[in-house]
Amino acid sequence: MLSFVARRIAATLLVLLVASFIVYQLTAMSGDPLLELRASRDPNVQARIDYLTQALNLDVPPFFRYFLWLGGAAGCLVGSCNLGLSVSRGEIPVTEALSGAVASTVQLVALATILSIIVGVAVGMTTALRQYSGYDYTVTFFAFIFYSLPIFWVAVLLKEFGAIQFNRFLAEPVIPTTTAILIALVLAAVVTGIVGGGLKTRVRAFVGALALSGLLILFLNLTQWLKYPSIGTVGVVLLTLLAAGVVLLLSIGFGIRRGVIIVTGMAAVAGALWLPGQYFFLYVPGAAGIFGWIAIMTLAGIALGLLFGGDGRKEIARAAGFTGFLSGIIMVIDEALQYWSQYVSLIPIKSGFISTIGATTPTIKREGNMWLDLLDSYAHLILPTAALMIISVAGYTRYSRASLLEVMNQDYVRTARAKGLNERTVVVRHAMRNALLPIATIIPVDITGLIGGAVITEQVFAWNGMGSLFVRGLNAVDVNLVMGYVMVVGLMAVIGNVIADLLYSALDPRIRIS
Amino acid sequence: MAKKRETNETQLNREITIEQRETEGLSLGTIVRRRFFRHKAAVVSLVVLTMVTVLAFTSVGTVVGGSGLLVTDPETRRLTIDGFRIEGWWPYNWYENYDVLNQGGQPTMDLANFTIGEHPFGQDTLGKDIFARVMRGIQQSLIVVLIVGVLSTVIGVTVGAIAGFFRGRIDSFLMRATDVVIILPLLVVGAVLSRNFGGDAVSLAILLGALAWTGLARLVRAEFLALREREFVDAARVAGASNFRIIFKHIMPNTIGVIVVNATLLMAAAILIETSLSFLGFGIVAPDISLGQIISEYNEAFKTRPWLFWYPGLFIVIIALTINFIGDGLRDAFDPRQRRLPRTDGAINDLKKLIRNRKAN
Repeated sequence: MLSFVARRIAATLLVLLVASFIVYQLTAMSGDPLLELRASRDPNVQARIDYLTQALNLDVPPFFRYFLWLGGAAGCLVGSCNLGLSVSRGEIPVTEALSGAVASTVQLVALATILSIIVGVAVGMTTALRQYSGYDYTVTFFAFIFYSLPIFWVAVLLKEFGAIQFNRFLAEPVIPTTTAILIALVLAAVVTGIVGGGLKTRVRAFVGALALSGLLILFLNLTQWLKYPSIGTVGVVLLTLLAAGVVLLLSIGFGIRRGVIIVTGMAAVAGALWLPGQYFFLYVPGAAGIFGWIAIMTLAGIALGLLFGGDGRKEIARAAGFTGFLSGIIMVIDEALQYWSQYVSLIPIKSGFISTIGATTPTIKREGNMWLDLLDSYAHLILPTAALMIISVAGYTRYSRASLLEVMNQDYVRTARAKGLNERTVVVRHAMRNALLPIATIIPVDITGLIGGAVITEQVFAWNGMGSLFVRGLNAVDVNLVMGYVMVVGLMAVIGNVIADLLYSALDPRIRIS
Repeated sequence: MAKKRETNETQLNREITIEQRETEGLSLGTIVRRRFFRHKAAVVSLVVLTMVTVLAFTSVGTVVGGSGLLVTDPETRRLTIDGFRIEGWWPYNWYENYDVLNQGGQPTMDLANFTIGEHPFGQDTLGKDIFARVMRGIQQSLIVVLIVGVLSTVIGVTVGAIAGFFRGRIDSFLMRATDVVIILPLLVVGAVLSRNFGGDAVSLAILLGALAWTGLARLVRAEFLALREREFVDAARVAGASNFRIIFKHIMPNTIGVIVVNATLLMAAAILIETSLSFLGFGIVAPDISLGQIISEYNEAFKTRPWLFWYPGLFIVIIALTINFIGDGLRDAFDPRQRRLPRTDGAINDLKKLIRNRKAN
């Protein structure tokens, strides 16, 4: 195992070396970094050209200049990186430019990736369970369309139509009756498709979902929720109950009475801890408050499960802990939303809530309030996240659907059915876990690949991440910056692949790496 | 009731007979063709893609040979394009400016009255006809897709076949070389091309094809690694077949499904890559046109003239979508494991049963 990792890393270092040489030569070939200066009529221009030639070793031909660069880059192995200066970024060291851009890109893509995985896998697996139903065909069709969309087109459309129209809507957010009916009908159709079954079940599911979504929209309209969103104690309890239901469905099921009582009991715990939570957020400021509170909720769930769990205390504690974790997140969102009206009063009125450009609003930044910053960054993240999700959800949906279908046709699933297990246990315990294996192995590759940045999305939404750093570097023929980008991305790809291999062998005992 | 069973049986029979006919000695091509033509979405896509191609090439005509650069005709003082120009039935071309008809160059197409008018997709500020530009963009994008498909398939299959068949050192060398190509960022290569070589469609396509074969090479290699251990390869070797013959006559036909399906999906990806590169300005650049280049060129004008943006994007989606569906159909046709069986449960069937029972009573 260790020798496998060592050999893989050695081989890939060699690959990186060759690739870096080629990229260096190509980038150096693509233009003249001093082109702008040479055209300038500034009297000091000659001194500046001389200085840059000196600093960037431009008097050395690219073939040899690469080895000068490599000498500096080799320092990274012993902890003193010298990737050169970046001309296009005001002559700061490349390492500095990279670290800022990586942070910004992670902020941009992390949420989109996590959400796409969750939504994509959930949708893909439900379509696999209802193969060849109307729901399946519809989702498959849309997955194909999303998969065929050029991201720059989607991003520009979202920016110009989505944001402007939605901001206008949010100014006076009352959903008109026809739209409300349409939304309710679509939601009901989706729910019916997922529930499946015979005509009777479907009619029941359809009517139920229709009534529920109708009531929800009515509630949104009457309370003007979209204008003044809040969750409150009741909301926290209800959402925790919902989270508990999902966790139960995916873990221990509804058969174990003790487990069901403890996990749904987390809703009561969340309700009881709501007020102490307010004081906690007040006295423990900063990120420590957020993560501390989520940890407290998780530990409360685990403790509850261990104390009262009985025979299955391990599984129950796990489910309750997970519910507590989700409930903690819900309470953090609740806390942030309490600053909503203050936030709306601070942002420029003209731009509206959903922001199209950049990562922060300067006026909010000046305020120095963490909760306002949180709201602000989510307002800026909505559109790029939506653009990124539309594309990648489609991929995950297709992939997890195929994966679950493959597993559902296996003999051991038939055996599980034959010995009389209920459908939930067969699907969740026997099929879903195995279907998640191949998905688990593409996720590290995807996540590490995302550090490379969503070049186009960043470009359209003026986000200063890795992608725009790369494009700017290329435009200015800033070889050092481009090389820094290529090295980070190449290294991440290598790490992602090694992790994927190790993960696969750890999850699937049939696979042995050597 | 009897009738219902009959329809069900004929339907089932149809399913079974295709599988049975395989043993009756139909060629792989026939089986695949029949299965493909049962995939409705794929057939519709094939028709649509053919129609789009025909429309794009016949409407504005095309240019064969020449540098493709715009030159002013000394006699008429009109812009012409270098090369042999084949005229189409559309009265306008993609490089000349015309008088702006509607205010701001709004599209003259009116779907409510079924009229398309003079400039159905509108005009830009200079008066260029967007319909003609989009059609020319489709041509160039399709050429890119085709070249990328052919080139990367040839390279990928060759590399994968050699690596998988010979194994050992050759394999590890080829696979490391593949890794190098994977790491090379397309944008860098595109930047070199667009700055130093003008960025026309054919050179971009050759470049993309020279870089996009890596996934296919890996898949073909895996297939070859598995197939070379099979008995029919031993039999061929005993019969005295050369390595070349074993690779191309014995193993390759067995991997044709993987190759065709992935080459198709690669082509769908190719149009998105080409348009994205052109959008960033690192792919096809003016005076050459592609769908991505049109969007890139008019990017700033989107708020005031959205039609400059709608139609090229729409055609990108149509082309990518149809190629993806064709790939899906081919996958179903080559991979009998994912055979479709008619459903016997579900709401529609319940409803049918309900109606049938009521009629019987």
